[in-house]
Amino acid sequence: MQKLLNWVDERLPIVDAWNNHLAKYYAPKNFNFWYFFGSLAMLVLVNQLVTGIWLTMSYNPSGEGAFASVEYIMRDVEWGWLLRYLHSTGASAFFIVVYLHMFRGLMYGSYQKPRELIWIFGMLIYLALMAEAFMGYLLPWGQMSYWGAQVIVNLFGAIPVIGEDLSLWIRGDYLISGITLNRFFALHVVALPIVLLALVVLHILALHEVGSNNPDGIDIKKNKDENGIPKDGIPFHPYYSVHDLLGVAVFFFIFFIVVFFFPEVGGLFLEKPNFEPANNLKTPAHIAPVWYFTPFYAMLRAVTVDLFGLDAKFWGVVVMGGAIAILFVLPWLDRSPVRSIRYKGWLSKIALVIFAISFIVLGYLGIVPATEGRTTLAQILTALYFAYFILMPFYTRMEKTKPVPERVTG
Amino acid sequence: MRKLIFGLFIAILPALGLAAGAGVHLDDMSPDHTDKESLQRGAALFTNYCMGCHSMEYARYKRVSDDLEIPAALYEENLIFTGAKIGELMKNSMNKDMASGWFGAPPPDLTLETRLRGESWVYSYLRGFYKDETRPLGVNNVVFDLVGMPHVLVDLQGLCAVKPSIGVEPSVEPLSGNINHGDVCPEYAIEGSMTSAEFDQAMWDLTNFMSYMGDPVKVERERLGIFVLIFVAIFFVFAYLLNREYWKDVH
Repeated sequence: MQKLLNWVDERLPIVDAWNNHLAKYYAPKNFNFWYFFGSLAMLVLVNQLVTGIWLTMSYNPSGEGAFASVEYIMRDVEWGWLLRYLHSTGASAFFIVVYLHMFRGLMYGSYQKPRELIWIFGMLIYLALMAEAFMGYLLPWGQMSYWGAQVIVNLFGAIPVIGEDLSLWIRGDYLISGITLNRFFALHVVALPIVLLALVVLHILALHEVGSNNPDGIDIKKNKDENGIPKDGIPFHPYYSVHDLLGVAVFFFIFFIVVFFFPEVGGLFLEKPNFEPANNLKTPAHIAPVWYFTPFYAMLRAVTVDLFGLDAKFWGVVVMGGAIAILFVLPWLDRSPVRSIRYKGWLSKIALVIFAISFIVLGYLGIVPATEGRTTLAQILTALYFAYFILMPFYTRMEKTKPVPERVTG
Repeated sequence: MRKLIFGLFIAILPALGLAAGAGVHLDDMSPDHTDKESLQRGAALFTNYCMGCHSMEYARYKRVSDDLEIPAALYEENLIFTGAKIGELMKNSMNKDMASGWFGAPPPDLTLETRLRGESWVYSYLRGFYKDETRPLGVNNVVFDLVGMPHVLVDLQGLCAVKPSIGVEPSVEPLSGNINHGDVCPEYAIEGSMTSAEFDQAMWDLTNFMSYMGDPVKVERERLGIFVLIFVAIFFVFAYLLNREYWKDVH
């Protein structure tokens, strides 16, 4: 065995890779609850890839056969129902763990220098994930798949001059059709997974280059022992690999409760109108995207005024795009001398709480039908969402921060 | 600042309280897929009264026969009218184009109807027909206004002369504690062969069967789910002990 290992290692640096990324990758010893979600995101990604490959074996990507083939998977394919529910629940679970993972980054300033690239790769993963989820949602070819895609692709039509042609180009037809379904299928199962995997590799390589942040936001590499090992660091493997197993067990417990007992989650993970085949002559009374897109959908609907001779819908698209784009520049908006929320001032703490509440309530408002009162509320919350970022250079500099300890606490 | 946050919370509260969509009141129906006799009665009703127009084309006869413990020979003899083999999908022989002409729209496939609209909706709808001379077929429905479907169960239920009371809170008899659901229809224009209670039970069975058809693996899925959760719980214990052992020397 050792001989084989040596033989390979002389030709491919597998021992180095193992050490650099696992056995001798020193992570801060004070990771808390919030540090489970990175590895859980990897777990869900693997789940999506594996179940996705098997679903592809029985799925029929055509306007005539898609809906029936999903029911064929649910009824006639051995364990098909399990594959599909693992995949559909996994899609929502992916966003849950990714949102918590991002929130962790916001709390502990994990985007700050020198981790700007990690954050940007992470944001690109988020963007690719949204595209992946959006295209995957068309594939069951139910009413909500169809009309959701119709609404979102039509958004591109709001762009002046090129808009109409652009949405035509995306659809490949004058309305969402089997042609659109086929190209979304190709992108969903081949193109975007490759992009996602590549970005995940970059995200982790960049992380392992500079090292992990921690709840105190301290640079553990400043405090090394005589062997050059950070005093507050422990090898990722075995300490965090066994630790993450705990997180996996708890995650699976909740995940399987959904998969086996509540796969629809009351219409939140699988929307009810999607149990009716797509029909281009029958528009559902109320079109809502799946929950993980609703905060942005609420922002889109919140914009109701025409400006500079351009339609409100166009400005809605701009606001929605801006809400995602502004996340990319976050590392340069935070001017605080400290990283972690633990040592930032009360302005930062309040700002983060308001931001989180705004995002969650916007998510709710994006699910329910719009009324006048709700639109006003969505407008206020959209403003608060942007205020968190736009005012960040000011409140992070103004506020009084607490002194950061030399070594990690707790 | 604190006041502002508090004010914000107050502003958000009413939005959270509003549930989506008011709509009509429905009678509650929680299905029981383990009640095989009910499912069998429902299958018989569906085949005899619904399948002429409504297919269940995503499901196969064989699966129903197996799950509901109806012997295949008996099933083929009594519950397949199209001459289909028992392994085939549950289609019907109605021409969709002609049906559009007769009813305005082709009768929808009902395999997933309960998952689309919910069991309570179907249960209420089936009992919601009443006489309405202004409609082309002479009937309307309290749950589905201006419905295009005729009241095919009229020989069982009869035809209600007034709007049936659906979604009314059941009253509890103070002495016996029996729950009194009451009759949905106080006055019939045409008498049916069943009493009100018998018809309610028949529609409960029919809805139960449709619910099973929408999610045929539910019983098996929930049975397996218990074992999966037990496995994960045991796995957690070992993961916990392993983690504790390793982390003993981290200070």
